[in-house]
Amino acid sequence: MTQFISLFQASIVFGTVILFGAVGEILTEKSGNLNLGVPGIMYLGSIASLIGVFYYERYVENPIPIVCILIALVCAVIASMLGGLLFSFMTITLRCNQNVMGLAFNIFAGGFANFYGGSLNKLAGGVGQINVLATSAAFRTKIPNYRSLGPIGELFFSYGFLVYLAIFLAFAVSWFLNRTSVGLNLRSVGENPATADAAGINVTKYKYLSTCVGAAISGLGGLYYVMDYMKGTWDSDGSIEGLGWLAVALVIFASWKAPRAIWGSYLFGMLSWAYFYIPGLTRSSQEIFKMLPYIVTVLVLIFVAYQHKPDNQPPNALGLPYFREER
Amino acid sequence: MKKHDHKEPLFRISKSGYVPLQKAWAIRMVALLLALIVSALIIFSIVKLNPIKVYGTMFQGAFGTNKRMWVTIRDTMMLLCIGLGLAPAFKMRFWNIGAEGQVLVGGIASAACMIYLRDKVSSTAVLPIMFVCSMLAGAVWGFIPGFFKAKYGTNETLFTLMMNYIAIQLTSYFVALWENPYGSNTVGVINSRSKFGWFPPIFGQMYVLNVIIVLVLVVTIYVYLNYSKQGFEIAVVGDSENTARYCGIDVKRVIIRTMVISGAICGIAGFLAVAGAGHTISVSTAGGRGFTTIIVAWMAKFNSFVMVLFSALLVFLEKGAMEIASRYQLSDYVSSMVTGIILFFILGSEFFINFKVTLRKRFSKEVSQ
Repeated sequence: MTQFISLFQASIVFGTVILFGAVGEILTEKSGNLNLGVPGIMYLGSIASLIGVFYYERYVENPIPIVCILIALVCAVIASMLGGLLFSFMTITLRCNQNVMGLAFNIFAGGFANFYGGSLNKLAGGVGQINVLATSAAFRTKIPNYRSLGPIGELFFSYGFLVYLAIFLAFAVSWFLNRTSVGLNLRSVGENPATADAAGINVTKYKYLSTCVGAAISGLGGLYYVMDYMKGTWDSDGSIEGLGWLAVALVIFASWKAPRAIWGSYLFGMLSWAYFYIPGLTRSSQEIFKMLPYIVTVLVLIFVAYQHKPDNQPPNALGLPYFREER
Repeated sequence: MKKHDHKEPLFRISKSGYVPLQKAWAIRMVALLLALIVSALIIFSIVKLNPIKVYGTMFQGAFGTNKRMWVTIRDTMMLLCIGLGLAPAFKMRFWNIGAEGQVLVGGIASAACMIYLRDKVSSTAVLPIMFVCSMLAGAVWGFIPGFFKAKYGTNETLFTLMMNYIAIQLTSYFVALWENPYGSNTVGVINSRSKFGWFPPIFGQMYVLNVIIVLVLVVTIYVYLNYSKQGFEIAVVGDSENTARYCGIDVKRVIIRTMVISGAICGIAGFLAVAGAGHTISVSTAGGRGFTTIIVAWMAKFNSFVMVLFSALLVFLEKGAMEIASRYQLSDYVSSMVTGIILFFILGSEFFINFKVTLRKRFSKEVSQ
């Protein structure tokens, strides 16, 4: 039982990182913009929050938890929105190829984040590892007395507030897309921008906004990664990049439905950690087990394409630039 | 009639029709120049080094010594080889993001030959065997997403991306299996004593064989894409699948065939990386090149000769920035940052080639009737 609880908890922590990424990307992709730069956006969100909090904790004697949280949130959101803005400018205004721009963005943001992450580690001195303990602790503050609920408390209430925010955002995005007229407009832009344009919808504005807001949500994944998953430290091993790509995969897995991404993300988390809890694995066969989330994604990709249900298809104009005069 | 001047946007964007080649290249060069200036400014702001000296240092980092120059050439060839592999797939508008994985499985195949064929075949016979094995491994890795794309129309971008991670885990598996010395979790240099399965030096240089193989590929791919029936089919499928179907091209066959070729060439790149460069295998054998080259192939418009230029440029930047990083105790990652900025500029410049920006009439001298 304790094994199962710890696997469950590890899956939720893992899943939350990619859930943020995927929910943001769903919002972006619904406007027809395929932002492959999610790993880069997460990089930016994580490093920006780390930098902001690092300086705050350094110059203040007793950091106040709520201020730490606010600084981290604001920095992450601003940095990832700037990233989204750059991506939007290049792909929407300058009509670059979205795939290529996304990849270039990852190269840039990965370099940027690891460069400043490395410098921070150096600045932190000592053991050569930056550590923003106060903020990380603030982000990992759990619901008081959750242990009194026994296993239920351990399973469902032993996380920082961002875990619940991710779930909330998933439902909020889904509600926004499916139950509001603005969401309807947004979806029409992603399905057929020319028709949306003819109906008087400002395609450019919708694409810009959804990409930037989507980036902000994805950036929170980076924030959660650095503050909770990594417990306030920086490691330039590129694991956040892998998580970012999993977030992109999760969008497909969830077939562009945010609520489906919730359990999908936890499932991915469970698959990723499964090797740790299966007894009798050698070090090399563990590596084979770590393939599971990717193999499952591939199988889902094939299954969704094979089934060909109109419900599960990507937005029709996904990845295509829109130019009004091109018919 | 009153003109609604205030409602007319400041810029008007229209498609530019035919752009002469010189003009297109002039625009690209301007973008590159701007990119170099901006990156010099960024490096200047970090290390306070005279921007001109920055590029002097970078040049030294890439070509300063004979050895450095050959490493630069070797890495250019590696990048170029992957780019050549991607070109057919991309020309078909098949987003093969999976070069990273295709290179890795090619590398695994080469390393496996080096380890298991030791003392079984002669050291001259093993190289062709490695070549073929790597090619086959890469081809399989390309075939899988190609097959499912052709059969069910699966999204190839994500499929190939996932294949990367499967290949990475596969590499980790083999690294753990072959680790040497025990407990190091690395394979170490394979056959460091006997040099079995290593590229033999030609004219006293280690990397001449890399250059020969890749240059042969450059010409082959150029001819294949531009002057062969299959190359033509790829172009038609890429432009419009419906047209291709209408003229009787078996689209599914073309997709699968092209992906097999694409994967096979990327597999060769894995062979180069293992037998011709690192003599080891690790998850960083491909080192993100699979992603970088997508941009190389795209910017070069799949022209193999232009790809030579772009890969050389990117490797120069990488080596140069690494030199600056080591001289001024910065982290290596500054090179990815600079590369990213330069890519933004070059990608953005395409806009000014494909589109014409007209200023609002009030600002221009022409008065409309």
